[in-house]
Amino acid sequence: MYNYTEFDHAFLAERNAQFRAQVERRIAGQLTEDEFKPLRLMNGLYLQLHAYMLRVAIPYGTLNSAQMRQLAVLAEKWDKGYGHFTTRQNIQYNWPKLRDVPDMLDALAEVGLHAIQTSGNTIRNVTADHFAGAAADEVADPRPYAELIRQWSTDHPEFQFLGRKFKIAITGAAADRAVIRAHDIGLRIVEQDGARGFEVLVGGGLGRTPMIGKVVRDFLPEVDLLPYLEAIVSTYNLLGRRDNKYKARIKITVHENGIEKVRALTEEAFVQRRAQFSGVDQTLLRDIQEQFAPPPWRASSQDAFDSLYESDPVFRSWADTNLAAHRAEGYAIVSISLKAHGKTPGDATAEQMRVMADLAERYGHNELRISHEQNVILPHVHKSDLPALHAALKEAGLATANIGLISDIIACPGMDYCALATARSIPIAQEIATRFNALKLEHDIGPLKIKISGCINACGHHHVGHIGILGLDRAGVENYQITLGGDGTEDAAIGERAGPGFSADEIIPAIERVVLAYLDLRHSNAETFLQTYRRIGLAPFKSALYPETAVAAE
Amino acid sequence: MPRAFTPKVVTASDLLEGDVIYLTADDQWSRHLQDAEVLTDEAHAQLRLLHAERQPDRLVGAYLADVAQGPEGPEPTHFREDFRRTGPSNYAHGKQEAESNV
Ligand code: HEM
Ligand code: SF4
Repeated sequence: MYNYTEFDHAFLAERNAQFRAQVERRIAGQLTEDEFKPLRLMNGLYLQLHAYMLRVAIPYGTLNSAQMRQLAVLAEKWDKGYGHFTTRQNIQYNWPKLRDVPDMLDALAEVGLHAIQTSGNTIRNVTADHFAGAAADEVADPRPYAELIRQWSTDHPEFQFLGRKFKIAITGAAADRAVIRAHDIGLRIVEQDGARGFEVLVGGGLGRTPMIGKVVRDFLPEVDLLPYLEAIVSTYNLLGRRDNKYKARIKITVHENGIEKVRALTEEAFVQRRAQFSGVDQTLLRDIQEQFAPPPWRASSQDAFDSLYESDPVFRSWADTNLAAHRAEGYAIVSISLKAHGKTPGDATAEQMRVMADLAERYGHNELRISHEQNVILPHVHKSDLPALHAALKEAGLATANIGLISDIIACPGMDYCALATARSIPIAQEIATRFNALKLEHDIGPLKIKISGCINACGHHHVGHIGILGLDRAGVENYQITLGGDGTEDAAIGERAGPGFSADEIIPAIERVVLAYLDLRHSNAETFLQTYRRIGLAPFKSALYPETAVAAE
Repeated sequence: MPRAFTPKVVTASDLLEGDVIYLTADDQWSRHLQDAEVLTDEAHAQLRLLHAERQPDRLVGAYLADVAQGPEGPEPTHFREDFRRTGPSNYAHGKQEAESNV
C-alpha cells in the first residue's frame, strides 16, 4: 500500500492548520457564512438536514487496519458511534459539531487520511475496482495509476474551479466493478501487442441527465496518462458550459459538441501537454508501483475450508455469495456485507470497524477496501483462514450472506440526512431487505441489484440498478419511481422508467410484484433478472407493476 | 387576488451544532417546533426573518417554513419539515434521542 511521504504529511498539517483558523474566525463572527461556506466545502464539510456532515476520502477505496481503526475513533469520539460508507468510496460522518471538525481532520491526518476535494468543482476522489490487486481477471492493479492521478489532481492549480465536479474511475479488468461508464472519465487498463495502456471513456454520468461514457481513445499508452487526462480536463474547462449548473458537466459538453470534436480538441491539447511533461511522473509511477507490490503469498492446505464447506450450510451459503476468485492459488477475496437485513446500507459501527481492522490484520495482510456498493472487502485471505474469519464475522453481525442479492441494496442517505433530498431512501431499502428475507426468496432470486436515490442527483446509482428506485416529492407526499434494466458494468445501460410512481406504502408490494413476475418469467433459475429483462423487455414487468391498467387495456 | 398568507415559523440550523432550531416569540432559539412563534402576518414574518438573519454568529440558513396550528402548537405541513422536527428515521439519533434523554 502507498505510504505517505514527509511532503504529504507536511501538506496535510498545513492545510488543517489553515482550516482550524478559518473555523475559529467563523465562530468568532469574523467570517460570514457566505465567506466560510466555500472554505468548509474545500475541506469536505457540508451542512445537512439535521447536522453537519464530514465527507472523508478513501482514495481508490484502499485502507489499512490503522486507518480503519482511526475511522472508528472518529465515529466514537466525535460522531454517534457509526459512519456511512458511500458509492464514491468515501465515508460520511453525519453528526460532527463545527468546533470539533479541525480535531477530526488532525486525527485523520495522523493516519494519512483527509477530506480534501471531497466537495467542490474539482477532480474528486479517484475511485477504482474494489478487487484491485487481487482479482483473478485483472490485467494490472489500477491503484498505482489512481494514486498517480490523486497526486496530480490534488491542488492542481488549473483544476480547482472547474465548471462542475469531476469524477474519474479506473479498473484493471475487463469486468467493470468501478462503474467507469458512468464517470466523467473512465479508464480501463488494456494490453495491446504486449504494451500496457488504457481505454479512455469520457462523458458518462448519472444525475438528472444520465449518460453512458463514450470511448475517446481505444488505446492510450501508459506513459501518456497524465498529459492526456490534462488535455481532456483542460478541454472541458474551456469548452464546458458555465451558464447553467445543470448543463456544466462534461457529459453535456460531449453530448452537445459531439465526441469527435471533444476528441479533436483533446488530441490537440495533448500534443502541447505532453511536451510539458518531463518524465518525472513516470519515475514517480514506478516508485508508487513498488509500494503496491503484492503481499507474499502463502502455500498451505485448504482442507479446513473444504471440510467446513461440505459440512456447514451456513458457511457454504456465505462462501458461495461473499467470496470472489483471487489471482493467487489458495486465496479468496472476501466481501463483508454492510447490508444486514433491515439495517442501514453502508453503515458500520465503530465496533464493527475495529473488528474488520483486526481481521484484516490477522487474516488479510492488513488491507481493506470500501466498495462502491457500500460494502467492505478483505482482498487477500487464504482459504485456510476462512472458517475462523467467518466465525468472527458472525459474532460481529457481519456475516450476512447476500453480496449481489436483492438485499445488497445501494441507498443514498436520502431525506433522513441529505438537504437536497426529495424523499427518503433508507427506510425503503430496509423494508425491501426485511420483506424478502421473510419470504425466504433471496437466494432463489439470485443476482439482482436494487439501487435507491432520494433525489435526481442519483448518488444511489438508481439509473444503473437492475431495479432502480428514485424518491420524489409529489404534492408534499413521498413518491417512488421505478426504473428497470439498468446496468453499471461493462455492458452499462440506463434503466427504463416503468411508469407512474408509487407511494411509500405501495412501493414494497410493487417491487415484490416485479420480482415475482421475474420468477415466473425466467427460463430457469440460471437466467438472472437482468437477462430475463433483456430477453422480454419492459412490457411484462409493466403489467405486473400496474395490474389495473393491464386489465383495463385488455 | 393575492394568495392568502399561510402560517409560518422562522427556522434555521445552529451554527455550532448544526441542529434544527426555531425562533420563539421572546427572541430565543428553541430546538422544539412547539415553542416556535407562529407568524400569521406576512410583513411581521419578514421582520422576524430579518431579525434571524442578523445573527450570523448564532445560526446558518434561516428561512420561513409553513406550519399549521395544532392543539399542541405549530405542526409541519410538509414531510421535510416533519423530518427536520424529528430526526432521521433509521436511528433515534436526532431530536428523538435528545427527547429521550430529558
Ligand atoms: C448527503 C450529502 C450529499 C450531497 C449534498 C450530495 C450532492 C450531490 C449532488 C448535488 C449531485 C449531483 C451532481 C450532478 O448534478 O451531476 C450528486 C451526485 C452524486 N453523488 Fe452525491 N451527495 C451526497 C451524498 C452522496 C452519497 C452518500 C453518495 C453515495 C452513496 C454520493 C455519491 C454521488 C454520486 C455517485 C453521484 C452521481 C452523479 C454523477 O454522475 O455525478 N453522494 N451528489
Ligand atoms: S441522491 Fe439526492 S438525496 Fe440522495 S444523497 Fe444524493 S443528493 Fe442526497
